[in-house]
Amino acid sequence: MDPVFLSRVQFGLTAGFHYIFPPLTIGMSVVLVYLEARFLKSRDPLFEQAARFWTKIFALNFAIGVATGIVLEFQFGTNWATYSRFVGDVFGSALAAEGIFAFFLESGFLAVLVFGWDRVSAGMHFFATLMVSLGGIFSSIWIVVANSWQQTPAGHHIVPMLRDGEQMLVDGAPVLRAEILDFWAMVFNPSTVQRLTHVWLGAFILGGFFIMSISAYYLLRRRHVPFAERSFTGALALATAASLLMLLSGHQQAGAVYDHQPAKLAAFEGHYHSGPAALSLFALPNPEQERLDLNLAVPGGLSFLVTGDFAAPLTGLDRFRPEDRPPVTVPFLSYHLMVALGFFFIGVTLLACLLLWRGKLFQTRWLLWVFVFAVVGPILANETGWIAAEVGRQPWVVYPPLLTGDDGQPLLDAQGRFAYDERLGLRTADAGSSAVSAGEVLGSILGFGAIYLALLAVWLFVLDRKIRHGPDDGTKEPAAGSGVLAAAAARPGHAGSLTEIDTEARP
Amino acid sequence: MSWETLCVVWFLLLGVLLVGYAILDGFDLGVGILHPFAARTDQERRISMNAIGPLWDGNEVWLVTFGGALFAAFPEAYATAFSGFYTAFMLLLLALISRAVSMEFRSKLAAPRWRAFWDWAFFAGSTLAALLFGVAIGNAMLGIALDARGNFVGSLADQLGPYPLLVGLFSVAMMAMHGALYLYLKTEGDFQQRLRTLQWRTFGLFLVLYLLTTIYTLVLVPHAREIFTEHPFAAGVVVLTVLAIANIPRSIFWQKPAQAFASSAASIAGVLTLFGLALFPNLVTASNDPGLSVTVFSAASSERTLEIMLLIAVIGMPFVLAYTGIIYWTFRGKVRLGETSY
Repeated sequence: MDPVFLSRVQFGLTAGFHYIFPPLTIGMSVVLVYLEARFLKSRDPLFEQAARFWTKIFALNFAIGVATGIVLEFQFGTNWATYSRFVGDVFGSALAAEGIFAFFLESGFLAVLVFGWDRVSAGMHFFATLMVSLGGIFSSIWIVVANSWQQTPAGHHIVPMLRDGEQMLVDGAPVLRAEILDFWAMVFNPSTVQRLTHVWLGAFILGGFFIMSISAYYLLRRRHVPFAERSFTGALALATAASLLMLLSGHQQAGAVYDHQPAKLAAFEGHYHSGPAALSLFALPNPEQERLDLNLAVPGGLSFLVTGDFAAPLTGLDRFRPEDRPPVTVPFLSYHLMVALGFFFIGVTLLACLLLWRGKLFQTRWLLWVFVFAVVGPILANETGWIAAEVGRQPWVVYPPLLTGDDGQPLLDAQGRFAYDERLGLRTADAGSSAVSAGEVLGSILGFGAIYLALLAVWLFVLDRKIRHGPDDGTKEPAAGSGVLAAAAARPGHAGSLTEIDTEARP
Repeated sequence: MSWETLCVVWFLLLGVLLVGYAILDGFDLGVGILHPFAARTDQERRISMNAIGPLWDGNEVWLVTFGGALFAAFPEAYATAFSGFYTAFMLLLLALISRAVSMEFRSKLAAPRWRAFWDWAFFAGSTLAALLFGVAIGNAMLGIALDARGNFVGSLADQLGPYPLLVGLFSVAMMAMHGALYLYLKTEGDFQQRLRTLQWRTFGLFLVLYLLTTIYTLVLVPHAREIFTEHPFAAGVVVLTVLAIANIPRSIFWQKPAQAFASSAASIAGVLTLFGLALFPNLVTASNDPGLSVTVFSAASSERTLEIMLLIAVIGMPFVLAYTGIIYWTFRGKVRLGETSY
């Protein structure tokens, strides 16, 4: 097998698994800041209980996020050596800035957040929570800057690499690499701000839905009711606002993708043939015949969304040479799933807001059940959004500019197709590590696969126990329904140990 | 600052990050290595884990930042080393993941089998990580086979020779000793008394492996002998390192645990400084042809990037030191198990 293909699988696996956690912790951290601010102001113990409970859940999610995140910092070098050599001068500084400005802040104050309740004042604890939240947000800034630079590179130039003052030649050809010209132009490359907004809103939606899921479960079980009602209401406000803003952000984002990476938007929408573009609501791409099967579409809809005119022609995949086209099936399906989920979030949060306003939300059991499981939606939407963004970027790992003539207009070949200035970008197929064999990559995929599956199982298991345990608000958990493992843990012989779980297990 | 100076400054800054990592994460890896030997009861195991509980995550960030800074300042070296030591890095990542989650998960259930499993994962992950760091340093001293583009052309077996394994064992012993000295500071009573034996044993092991590694290095790595003529102050570093090492048993004997820990930290810094001197100006030495070695000058980023990064470091590092200070101050003193402990 091809080591580059396997490295892509590995990156997808490790980044995809990791990305369950950062948006979750960023979203939750905003809620934690809110709860602690309310506690500081009102000194209402219910807010403190809520903050303490959600902090425990937050810490669990954060730990797995950290453990799986280290992999990513190293993976560029291990699996993508050619890429690292090409982009290090530009991309590396964003990663290093993330380490210095974000990770130290986050990890340091996390200790105070989790372990410091009885060691520092409430004010200092609030400060620590705020710093952890900021740390997560800083981290997302730098990582989105780095990724956006790959999508819409700016602030750099591509030059032959020098070694001892001479051009470095390998097999007679100069070795090219990207070098920074203007740091701020790199940071604020054309897609950074929009993509960052999109990522943050995705995080807030996930954080909100996660808290609503657990709160809805308590409401349905009639446990910790005052706590759950407050948590649900706060999270609902965040999730509703974020879902509505996401509509705006998503719309802008699609327009920007068309401006900078038209082949990518064409892949998202299955727009094979240039001309007025329909907006597919449901379809299955058929790459062999370059068409969409079972297509339910609004004619001219995409043209309207991008340009404001139903009849405006949009660039389709046929304007690109076959070797420059992204695949369609995966970006199309993941993009459409993400958009559909986005509309679902708007619908379900608005409905909940309406019922809340009428005072009926907490009696509407079916909707609470929907919220218990709806948390899967934002996880999927965050994942599919990235899948669409990254697969839609293919076949490039660093997007090259189009070849242009002296007048700045794109040059077209005999078939009227665009051509890229290949030397200024990098193909994914050329970006791997020549020192690494397919067998080694396969071995590491199996290793990561096994350990991540185990982690996922243990995470869900421990999360489930923490949820069953619930906040320490003085109410007792009903004996039934705590499961075989809880019963095993409650065996008298272990009742004397000092874990937090004991407060539940102790007879 | 000229580009050449910036290259050397970044070599030094990476050294600072590496020394910071080795001293800070060194003691929490050490606590993991000693986990089955130091603590006997469940309560003692919890004390061990909670001694590093609030700190290990921040300590590991030094490694992550080292990786990021190497990528940014010396992309060629980052690419060569990380792809060249592929399997070792993958094992390191799996070890670090196991270690991190074992602390988080262990306390969540009281079942003895559950706890025994995570105890084992904590020990195995910590030991493997410490071993691999040493193996990497051993290979860096010997060099690896590179092609003209700086890609590793050997096999995994080439990286597992007796010398890298010796350095690996040395690294395990050094961190175990460092961890024992740290744990002594954070414990009291019976548990603390038992750690005294462990301090002597790990120090003995460390001393034997230190001498063996030093002799083996001087015989095997010609450049390690030349540093004394190239850098006159290298002899001073050796003297200070030996004094720091000699002060460890003295401090243990006179019951000065803080001094013992500080001396151990200083000896780690000394050993790594000597390693850096023996390596410089190479970042990855080519064992097949010295001309193919990846040096600080052939691997560095452009002048502008090195300047921007230096500015980032100058702005960021005071904050980093301030956070680290706040956290260590907040969690000073003996471990007390409470509601929020592991």
